[in-house]
Amino acid sequence: MSAVPEEKKKSGWYRDLGKMFGAGQSSGRQLGILGALVVIIIFFQIATGGLTLDPTNLINLVNQNAYVLILAIGMVMVIIAGHIDLSVGSIAAFVGIMVATSMASWHFPPAVAILLGLALGAVIGAWQGMWVAYVGVPAFIVTLAGMLIFRGANQFFGNSTTVVVPQSFTFIGGGFIRDFGPNTNYSNGTLLLGLIVAIVIIVQEWRSRRTQTTMGSQKAPLWVSIVKLAILEALVVYATLLFAGGRLGTSFPISGIILGILVLAYSFVTRRTTFGRHIYAVGGNWRAAELSGVKIRRINFFVMMNMSILASVAGMIGVARAGASGPGDGVGWELDAIAAVFIGGAAVAGGIGTIVGSIVGGLVIAVLNNGLQLLGVTIDRVQIIKGLVLLIAVGIDVYSKKQGRPSLIGLMTRNRRASEAAAGLEAPAVEPAENSAEASSRPKSTTPN
Amino acid sequence: MQAEPTILEMRSITKEFPGVKALSNVSLTVSAGEIHSICGENGAGKSTLMKVLSGVYPFGTYDGTIVYQGEEVRFRDIRSSEAAGIVIIHQELALIPELSITENIFLGNEPRRGGVINWVEAKSRAIELLARVGLSDDPDTQIKNIGVGKQQLVEIAKALNKSVKLLILDEPTAALNSSDSQHLLDLILGLKGKGISSIMISHKLNEIEQISDSITILRDGKTIETLDVKSDGVDEDRIIRGMVGRNLESRFPDRTPNIGEIFFEVRNWTVQHPQVPERMVVKDSSFVVRRGEIVGFAGLMGAGRTELAMSIFGRSYGNFISGEVYKDGKEIKLRSVSEAIDNGLAYVSEDRKALGLNLLDLIKSSIVSSKLSKISRWDVVNDAKEFAIAEQYRKDLRIKTPSVERGVSTLSGGNQQKVVLAKWMFTDPDLLILDEPTRGIDVGAKYEIYGIIQRLAAEGKGVIVISSELPELLGISDRIYTIFEGAITSNIPAAEADPETVMKNMTSTKKKVAQR
Ligand SMILES: Nc1ncnc2c1ncn2[C@@H]1O[C@H](COP(=O)(O)OP(=O)(O)OP(=O)(O)O)[C@@H](O)[C@H]1O
Ligand SMILES: [Mg+2]
Repeated sequence: MSAVPEEKKKSGWYRDLGKMFGAGQSSGRQLGILGALVVIIIFFQIATGGLTLDPTNLINLVNQNAYVLILAIGMVMVIIAGHIDLSVGSIAAFVGIMVATSMASWHFPPAVAILLGLALGAVIGAWQGMWVAYVGVPAFIVTLAGMLIFRGANQFFGNSTTVVVPQSFTFIGGGFIRDFGPNTNYSNGTLLLGLIVAIVIIVQEWRSRRTQTTMGSQKAPLWVSIVKLAILEALVVYATLLFAGGRLGTSFPISGIILGILVLAYSFVTRRTTFGRHIYAVGGNWRAAELSGVKIRRINFFVMMNMSILASVAGMIGVARAGASGPGDGVGWELDAIAAVFIGGAAVAGGIGTIVGSIVGGLVIAVLNNGLQLLGVTIDRVQIIKGLVLLIAVGIDVYSKKQGRPSLIGLMTRNRRASEAAAGLEAPAVEPAENSAEASSRPKSTTPN
Repeated sequence: MQAEPTILEMRSITKEFPGVKALSNVSLTVSAGEIHSICGENGAGKSTLMKVLSGVYPFGTYDGTIVYQGEEVRFRDIRSSEAAGIVIIHQELALIPELSITENIFLGNEPRRGGVINWVEAKSRAIELLARVGLSDDPDTQIKNIGVGKQQLVEIAKALNKSVKLLILDEPTAALNSSDSQHLLDLILGLKGKGISSIMISHKLNEIEQISDSITILRDGKTIETLDVKSDGVDEDRIIRGMVGRNLESRFPDRTPNIGEIFFEVRNWTVQHPQVPERMVVKDSSFVVRRGEIVGFAGLMGAGRTELAMSIFGRSYGNFISGEVYKDGKEIKLRSVSEAIDNGLAYVSEDRKALGLNLLDLIKSSIVSSKLSKISRWDVVNDAKEFAIAEQYRKDLRIKTPSVERGVSTLSGGNQQKVVLAKWMFTDPDLLILDEPTRGIDVGAKYEIYGIIQRLAAEGKGVIVISSELPELLGISDRIYTIFEGAITSNIPAAEADPETVMKNMTSTKKKVAQR
């Protein structure tokens, strides 16, 4: 009967570019925020006279921000599902003090203490997940309560004092990849890591092209893959040399490796598994999800529980880095994580967001923090700037969505026809009002009937 | 009617989305005081054209010119088109369920005195406006508590409040039953008498034929022709010929039913209203479905058909009170949707936007979303299989899109409906419950969907069709149950089913019903 509308070629290269960083509707936004990150890094590199991309500074950057980025991984899943978690900072602090006490007072070996921390995170997560998923109290309230409860618990069990952790434990927060082999002026461990990453990237790209071929789906042209690989490999080589070439005894931080593994694992979970699909389904339209057989309570439960487990990981890394756990740990972490997620393109109403986007969003904040400090900007002004960046990033996103244009890059490459309505005008035009109404009614249906 | 001046002229409108040319050089001329209909298949570009006209897609995002009341207009947004007297009522209603009728009518347009909303005036004006559309409901009623038919009228009341000159209705009767539809059509005719022109989009061709003065037909984003209803002697077949480019021999595909044993049975099903405990929405209902049988559920809006279906489908509606379900002679428990799906049930909701689809999702992911287990191993989804399956359904159901890797929100309404159908066909159910399956679907696609229903039945599956369109039920069903106020009132074999009998049983209780 009716022919399929003809594919338009004009906007082809633009979409192909978008495909470089994953398909799907949100690729335009991710591309935009990635561009912003690059711009910010270049800016600070110049403004600080090369101090930003200096090995010591980069190592610091990773060490200082690994735990917030780990929180962002869990937070984006919570936000995709349509919730929020305000308790992560307090949970991190509470787990931190318990783990520290277990080692300092009860003489637990570090490995056992870490297991204790994870178990504690799981129990706390199950507690909060139960309230959200099965009782139906909005996550905002449950985690606001959790924020108070676990902050208090931190101070109660820690007597509001600082507990020092043994040297061996600090490895996960301040340690580096061990060096080995001949002296090359570089850390061989880091070189090896870089090599592995470089190979994995190539294999990945090759595999994804192969699946695309077997599917016969719209494949990005070869040049896109090649350019993408060239850029990524150049970045890997550059970063490897930077990290490997720092002061003697330093190399790529262990906390960075933990973060990297978590990012890979959770990207896989959210993108490829049924559980991941279900998180998006619940956040996008929980009633439709329910009628499609998704067990939405179970999803909500595990998403909340997972967040607390990651908060415990972040808490332990934070303690390990500082060498001690104290009553002021983790204050404000939840806000940094939430900001990272939204700068990374997640939607307030749920259903939209990616792990990688949130990490990039977190890096934007991290680089800003770091660069401003290097420039000697005081903490008060740093906060003001961070707040404005969050507002502007999300503002541009909302605006471009309303205009039917895809985010930052869309504004930069202002070719009206090409960028028009990539986000799909029909839905977003009514989205804010409608979804907020939905969000407020969400808990109702998560209560048992 | 020759001398009527034109109120609107859209000249060579072209509108492109990434990868899709939704409109190419479309022209439309509407005379003052006429009812002008736009017909075309799903995805022909009807809604898009109206969104261009009403400023949803602002000036600059399309090519071409719009001349309205003799002047070229360039609307920036909906507000500016409304200021000019053009009001659009969208395919998907835009009322806020939690607010009252009054609040909805005056939303964004509240009468004020000294900066404070004057609710007294608002209310009295609301009563006045409601009277004009023939409603006598309390204006304080919340929107969610009135039926879709009345909601549609509230939308029109809202338009009247904006002193509308050109009213655009995008599939206004899609969700209405025949009496509500008729009421709405009469109202539109009444407005015409008062000098308000209307542009109407509908897939219900009988309505188009009934009220239009002229009809513009779109196909694949192009204007095919404009028909003058009075002088051209236009009938439904003529419209269809314009829409699909050929004659459609009949509305229903031929079929010789091959009906087997009873395999699905519901006994004494009773369900309580979720909020009002004393109200039973489904009362002691029993019915059976045989293999290879297409069973119709007829009833008025609010009779409890959807509630019956949803409560069986994993207790998705209301509070379960009593009843049993048997499949192949064994009692089965359907306490959750996943249990229902595992037992071979599928339910295609009547409300695709709220209950059928996640509009943020991709087409391919939506299609497989109800049975991911079918394409995953160790809970990991096989992307290649997902794509291949989605492609298969795209071809089978002729879902109009350049790629299944796009978002479902980029599809036209009718094509979204096809995605919902695909989603449930993919679960390979034994019993498929279709709630208003052809709502918003064009004639050609309807024929295809009937074909699909018949094919499923021929494969030995049972199909239940809930529909407010009596001709559709009569045309496709092997047997019809009528439902009135939550109870099954009759069980009519196809041979005995005629509109009068069905209608009578839809509107009255009957003591004894033969169950099989
Ligand atoms: N926001 C969008 N992004 C991309 N494509 C779109 C968008 N909106 C509509 N389209 C495409 O434009 C074409 C026309 O869509 P439109 O909604 O106007 O159809 P329609 O005639 O109203 O169909 P229906 O009868 O199904 O409602 C379709 O191919 C559709 O997929
Ligand atoms: Mg439409």
